[in-house]
Amino acid sequence: MSNADNERVGRGMNIVVLLRPVPDPVEELELNGDGSDLDRDYLGYVLNEFDDHALEEALLVKEETGGTVTVLGLGTADEMDQVLHTALAKGADSAVKLGDDLGHLSVSAQTELFVAALSDRTYDLVVTGVQAADDLDGQVAVRVAARLGLPQVSVVVGVAAGDGTVRVTKEFWGGITAQYDIDTPAVLGIQAARQAPRYVAVSLIRQAQQSGGLTEEDRDAPEDSSGVRIISVRIPDAGGGAEMIPGDESSAADRIVEIIRGAGVGS
Amino acid sequence: MTRPSNPKVEPERVREIEQVVIEGMDISGHWNRMFEQRVIFDYDVTQLDRVTELDGGESMGWCYQCAQCIAVCPVDHVGSYGPRKIYRNLQVGMDLFTDADLWLCTTCGNCLRVCPKEVDMLQIMPAVRKEAVLVGNVPSELQDVFEKTARYGNPLGMNAKRRAAWTRDLDVDVPLISEMNRKVDVLWWVSDYPSYHPRGIDASRALARVLHHLGVDFAILGAEERHDGDSMLRAGESGLFEMLAEQNIETLNRYEFDVLLTTDPHAYNAFLHEYPQRGGSYNAVHYTQFLAERLDELGLSEKVDLNITFHDPCYLGRHNGEYEAPRQLINALPGAQFTEMWRVKENGYCCGGGGGGMWLDGLAAENQSMRLSEKRVREAVETGADTLCVVCPYEVSRFEDAVKSTNNDGNLQVLDIAELLAHALGL
Repeated sequence: MSNADNERVGRGMNIVVLLRPVPDPVEELELNGDGSDLDRDYLGYVLNEFDDHALEEALLVKEETGGTVTVLGLGTADEMDQVLHTALAKGADSAVKLGDDLGHLSVSAQTELFVAALSDRTYDLVVTGVQAADDLDGQVAVRVAARLGLPQVSVVVGVAAGDGTVRVTKEFWGGITAQYDIDTPAVLGIQAARQAPRYVAVSLIRQAQQSGGLTEEDRDAPEDSSGVRIISVRIPDAGGGAEMIPGDESSAADRIVEIIRGAGVGS
Repeated sequence: MTRPSNPKVEPERVREIEQVVIEGMDISGHWNRMFEQRVIFDYDVTQLDRVTELDGGESMGWCYQCAQCIAVCPVDHVGSYGPRKIYRNLQVGMDLFTDADLWLCTTCGNCLRVCPKEVDMLQIMPAVRKEAVLVGNVPSELQDVFEKTARYGNPLGMNAKRRAAWTRDLDVDVPLISEMNRKVDVLWWVSDYPSYHPRGIDASRALARVLHHLGVDFAILGAEERHDGDSMLRAGESGLFEMLAEQNIETLNRYEFDVLLTTDPHAYNAFLHEYPQRGGSYNAVHYTQFLAERLDELGLSEKVDLNITFHDPCYLGRHNGEYEAPRQLINALPGAQFTEMWRVKENGYCCGGGGGGMWLDGLAAENQSMRLSEKRVREAVETGADTLCVVCPYEVSRFEDAVKSTNNDGNLQVLDIAELLAHALGL
């Protein structure tokens, strides 16, 4: 999406980006002894991909209309320091780690930690990824907005700053998009930034590390008051596998038609 | 560097002789004067200056467009490229910092070999790429590889902890140096593709068997080894290179060994030319050199009934002058026939994998009529050989793909020299 159709004079906003680490699928994911969770002792973590897009969109808005970008990262994985330094190198104005070595938090507890940190701050906009590997139903943005009593839109694919409002593009099914004007402060769940998250050179990340721009807030792991408990977690069964179709285009096409007819389509 | 100044000559300040006769020839007359600026200086050289102002970019300005480089540039053979063309394009306003031309150079170094002015793309390209990387202007496929290498220590994005997984279920022991608690004769720097790529693993397992056969006291680093960084440096990610070099030097300096045995010519190049200035001086040897020195001990006995041709890796041959060791090994294979391609040794044709090209297949496809590896495979087939022998781990996958994409499946197999040697040893 381009911002050409959103043209109006925006005012610089103070944007807060919420960043969550998720297990890195490059590692073998194994279950713990009682089958209630992943075995997290040996897991590596990466930044939630959707949060990376939220950061990119925040940086684009800042570049267009000024303002500031503050990133708040959950102190639930060692890798968060690197994530926050990377955000600073990309252009965030300040980076804060919420707690340290907190261990795994449920979506409910993640929300409470973010709400506590946001309650101490002033901002025009809060953005985070629309979902995460441990939040596939996209609750964090919704819950944060509900707890703070703020307007909220999810599945956002473009943000433009207005004056006391933001104009956002929300994606629906089948490629349909809609535009909304929302009063600020507001909370957005970002599906995708208008461009792929930018590359930041390793030397700039290392400069950010050395300049010590990262601050840490002493926060404890919140209680999970959601009333939801995990009983068991299961590794999915392997699927049936793929059929490789040999031969030239013509015979392969015949076989594909046969499979489709066999499934009861177009016979 | 600043360009030579070109003060305008003021005609009224020049004393003109009415008649001049030199060696019997009358050269008097206005036709013999040249008081105008030469046309070349009428160009807006802003874009050229942006390159020559960089540390490492200076020699771009020395080009006098003789075009000897174009004849040997591997990319020009499948497109329109080369230092002389880049110089000319800069002269007429190309922004190299954002142009696709910035990423097509494989740093193979053949242009520098023939250049009378020593225009050095091995310095120019990394210098300009470094500036592009700093502002985030990186082709997305390369960006992905930079990020994976920074995170996992290998460009394949594989789990760092599984770097030694290829040694499992192997019929010979490949010990980790961290578990030895003593000095070893040889520390084997396995590298990324030989650790993770299925065909690279085949070559690693073959080399492990050959080393055992020789009774070499060796070990590997396993998960402690990270990408050597050399190709990242050529691709402009100098910060990533520095980080990897620091980590690798810290690791290597913890252990005692006599020889650092490298599989990958790019790693070999880094250990020879980049690591020493950063506190990492090792006796680095390419595995072909190590094995060629021990040909007599090897005792190759099994017949290798193949017609073999050989591809010189740029970073072993042209960059570091080693052309003979691999050829000694091939010539020692009992029963094998060896046929050279027409571009070999100093004039060897690049596979396309250097300087970041390994991870820029999409960009190459958009800007070239074919991959360099496809050009090279066609040359190999033309020799009548049935086997293309390689000694660089970037090449097995590149050439095997090219064999398929040029419809030469069944005409040519690609084998690492370690696989051929293991066969000749009955291993």
